[in-house]
Amino acid sequence: MTESYKKTLLDPLFESNPIALQVLGICSALAVTSKMETALVMCVAVICVLALSNVSISLLRNFIPGNVRIIVQLTIIASLVIMTDQVLKAYVYEISKQLSVFVGLIITNCIIMGRAEAYAMQNGPFDSLLDGLGNGLGYSTILMATAFFRELLAQGTVFGVVLLPKVSDGGWYNPNGILGIPAGAFFLIGFFIWALRVWKTDQIEAEG
Amino acid sequence: MRHNALYTILFSGAVCVVCAVLVSSAAVSLKQDQLRNAALDKQRNVLFAAGLADPTERLDSEQVEGMFENIRPVVIDLETGRETDIDPTSFDQAKAARNPDTSRAAPENRASVQRVPNQALVYEVLEDDKPSMVVVPIEGYGLWSTLYGFLAIGNDGNTVRGITYYQHLETPGLGGEVDNPNWKAAWPGRRIYDESGAPAVRVIKGTAPPAAQAPYEVDGLTGATITSNGVTAMLDFWLGENGFRNYLQGFKEGQDR
Repeated sequence: MTESYKKTLLDPLFESNPIALQVLGICSALAVTSKMETALVMCVAVICVLALSNVSISLLRNFIPGNVRIIVQLTIIASLVIMTDQVLKAYVYEISKQLSVFVGLIITNCIIMGRAEAYAMQNGPFDSLLDGLGNGLGYSTILMATAFFRELLAQGTVFGVVLLPKVSDGGWYNPNGILGIPAGAFFLIGFFIWALRVWKTDQIEAEG
Repeated sequence: MRHNALYTILFSGAVCVVCAVLVSSAAVSLKQDQLRNAALDKQRNVLFAAGLADPTERLDSEQVEGMFENIRPVVIDLETGRETDIDPTSFDQAKAARNPDTSRAAPENRASVQRVPNQALVYEVLEDDKPSMVVVPIEGYGLWSTLYGFLAIGNDGNTVRGITYYQHLETPGLGGEVDNPNWKAAWPGRRIYDESGAPAVRVIKGTAPPAAQAPYEVDGLTGATITSNGVTAMLDFWLGENGFRNYLQGFKEGQDR
């Protein structure tokens, strides 16, 4: 793998993370991160949609008329999302029930439209595939980290396995209620952004 | 890039056709699996409510079907409380509640139930070919969402045997604790109707004593008063005269014969 491919794939993890730096895709990061299992399925769904939409839009980029490009992108993305939703309903019904409307809302996830418009419209299919996978993984990194802390601290479990037995189940751990509700994810994501900017100081915006 | 109008129209049309074909073939080819999953999920929750299966174990479709051999789904008429000859396998209660021909507007109620179907699908659990309990569907508004669930009632038509919710969007850790096995374990043994025959079972604030001392009271959900009240309100509605009261009366008398 050449240096530039590697950069396309791995930069979105920390250097230009879609959630932490570009602050896109926040709504699902709040909504589906109360449990790791649902967050994982959401991540896989977003990675698939993002990679496929980037590739198909990149393949069509020289044919899409400029004046209807946004609506063409949206049609392609919406179709991919509906198909993903159908597949989830057919094969992982329990989880798709918990994800409820949020799979459908991948359509409005700004990361996907953002990458289509900013990257796939200018670059070849292979680069776009890597960009899609990379941004999907960057999104997933934050989602899984958020879900890990939320599930552990609000329910005492990780992937449903009890690590901190709750008082209500006869254990000793008194769960943190605020992390159980979506607003709790705001605090966590804020901490992640803080940590990331301490580590990579060039992400700090100039004052003024 | 500039293109003429005809190109734009043709291109857009082609994208629409391709996308429509992809989406509809996915929907059609996966429909059977989805319907089976939805039906299986419902059956599983009937078993959970009846206490015949534990939600922590993942039952596959064969196990569920095996356990359903002792369960008789029946479509009943809510007003008369009698069985109907409607085929339970094709009856869709949610659809019936939406159709003005098979439902009526609900009288004002605290559970925010909008429409009541004329018929409802219940599950009679058989033991040695005699009904030992019945599982009835319940629904009503909590804090954020409508909760859908099942209530299992013993063959005296008055004792709760179990409760479960299979769909809701309540806050995890607060109202979402309706899924907590410890809370559900507080239900079996509670009584539904008081001496006057009105539904009296309710979710209180705090912890309720054992069923022998507080037959009508169930522990509240900590930090989720509105969800708790929603549970009380939906039981009050569905066990009352607009719900399953007439049927449960008949179910009990059927045992005496």
